[in-house]
Amino acid sequence: MKQNPLRRYLRKDCLPHFFCPGCGAAQVLNYFVRAADQVQLDFDKLVAIGGVGCAARIPVYLDAEVLHGVHGRTLPWATGIKLHNPDLKVVIFAGDGDAAAIGGNHLIQSARRNLDVTMIVVNNLNFGMTGGQAAPTTPQHMKTTTTPYGNAEKPFDICQLAITAGATFVSRWSPAKPLRAIKAIKNALQHVGFSLVEIICQCPTNFGRKALSTGDPVKNLDWIKESSVTVKKAAELSTEEKAKRFVLGDFLQITEPVFTGSSVITSQGGA
Amino acid sequence: MKNKNKRIMTGTHFMLGNFAIVEGALAAGCDFFAGYPITPANEISERMAERMPQVGGSFLQGEDELCSVFALTGAALAGAKAMTATASAGYNYMQEGIGYAVASEIPLVIVDVQRCRGENFATQSDVMQMRWGASGDHELIVLAPASVQESFDYTIRAFNLSEKYRTPVVILSETTIALMREKLVIPEPEEIQIVNRRKPEIPPEKFVPFRADRNGVPPLPDLGDGYRIIHSLNPHDEYGGIAWDPDVFENLYDRITGKVLTNYNDIVQTERYYLDDAKIILVAYGSETRPCLSAARLARENGIKAGVLKLVTVWPVAEREIRQAAEQAEIVLTVEMNVGKFAREVERVCCGYARTGRVTKNRGLVHTTNEIYKAIEEASN
Repeated sequence: MKQNPLRRYLRKDCLPHFFCPGCGAAQVLNYFVRAADQVQLDFDKLVAIGGVGCAARIPVYLDAEVLHGVHGRTLPWATGIKLHNPDLKVVIFAGDGDAAAIGGNHLIQSARRNLDVTMIVVNNLNFGMTGGQAAPTTPQHMKTTTTPYGNAEKPFDICQLAITAGATFVSRWSPAKPLRAIKAIKNALQHVGFSLVEIICQCPTNFGRKALSTGDPVKNLDWIKESSVTVKKAAELSTEEKAKRFVLGDFLQITEPVFTGSSVITSQGGA
Repeated sequence: MKNKNKRIMTGTHFMLGNFAIVEGALAAGCDFFAGYPITPANEISERMAERMPQVGGSFLQGEDELCSVFALTGAALAGAKAMTATASAGYNYMQEGIGYAVASEIPLVIVDVQRCRGENFATQSDVMQMRWGASGDHELIVLAPASVQESFDYTIRAFNLSEKYRTPVVILSETTIALMREKLVIPEPEEIQIVNRRKPEIPPEKFVPFRADRNGVPPLPDLGDGYRIIHSLNPHDEYGGIAWDPDVFENLYDRITGKVLTNYNDIVQTERYYLDDAKIILVAYGSETRPCLSAARLARENGIKAGVLKLVTVWPVAEREIRQAAEQAEIVLTVEMNVGKFAREVERVCCGYARTGRVTKNRGLVHTTNEIYKAIEEASN
């Protein structure tokens, strides 16, 4: 049998993967290796980082240097790595829990510093691995295992948060727009500075069954598709209408100096 | 600053304890520091902010202690000799990173300048937090300096032990030591013994990343060396693969705790004062060893055979040395600046060998010589 040429980027004996059938995180793994292949990323110099959760397992399949297993601390790891060896390429795979809940402050501060890393946020709108609890990204009124009467909280807009905090590359796509998602990841990998690509993903097993009353991956993806608008179309919507939608697009790409440490001797002065 | 831009400030100084830790770290080869402001550890961060850029190292002021400690683990895996400094309440947060560093076997050095809860008074109340703080099974190596010179010396040793055993090492300082100025002699660079982590000597395709040598320690390549290792908190087999298997789990933690315990002779250090014929033995660590020594001398002047066993290594417990003391003593007294914590360890080790007692003081103040002398006198009656 002919092997997929992208298989060489994955570890030997790592398949089958542990993702549920129809999971969006597995698709993000697929998008990443395609994007990495297009930019000919050197996997010897790639550090792929995952915290805890379903998305955090993505790097474990990559045949790269991998850090895994602590919830929310992906960006501090990355900060230490990049300050000590700026030549390493660091890519973070974070769920919405890792990125916006327990690791939220690290996201804000790393974006502010313009740390030179790529963060791929797999936003499946809930805590999938632990059984479908509400996350800071769960849409309002949606049912989850910890919001049996519907989510009383308003969700975070991770992209807007990153832009406001100082990120220099921000995009949001979904598996309903796979080619745009791959392109965004590719551009993020080539960007120098803090790049964040959010992928709104289906979680048929937990979010789907509770919030959407269906565990069918296709129906879950259809729901994301129907709930999404492009930046262009979003501009025509009222604030109220926009809040109900996932706004997809390439929001920001600017060049700023990258973070090299909190105390650095510069030519302008210093010690 | 004299000797600016020099990594090792050879010479005789009159220096703050916190600064001595910084200079010890630099002498040991530290090239990454991250910290979050907290009193009474701030002088370490402040001097590091000045010194790190001078010697080509990195300085990070983290957004919190979690950022600091995890930045350390990332930097250390990338090849750095990394250190952070905090104080009791800050150490709470760092336990998470220490647990990861234990499980993934990452060398790093953590300074805890102990302070009273919410205030900066002197205390030794973190001695159990050191031992049991992080979740999961672990054996931390904890060194307790009692002077500015020891703050320098033990910091070098902390780096050497962390590199040798691929494990976090804690310097258990105290407000008393950290904010005190004393004479410090920094030796010539060639007189300082430095240990660096062992790197693999075989190519990536043949390398088994978590297969240990006879000391229980696997070699550690830097990120980017091409070894493509999974560094996970989760139970992992010799190949680094995440595997839930009772055997994998048991073997991993037997080795990780075993590498510290079976190298007892190399790791555990004590100092013996007036012990040869002592009948009343004081066991102490850190600043409390100072009034213990003067109290023992006073007791000797008054005809009481007192001696002091100073614990250089607080953890792992110096069981052999404490038991040896207990075998000759009538009573073993633990002297501590807290409600009585390490005393439990001493009592456990002495059980069946000698009577034990506690000399504790939990008032934000170090014991005076007289307070300890009185306890010796009472015990001798």
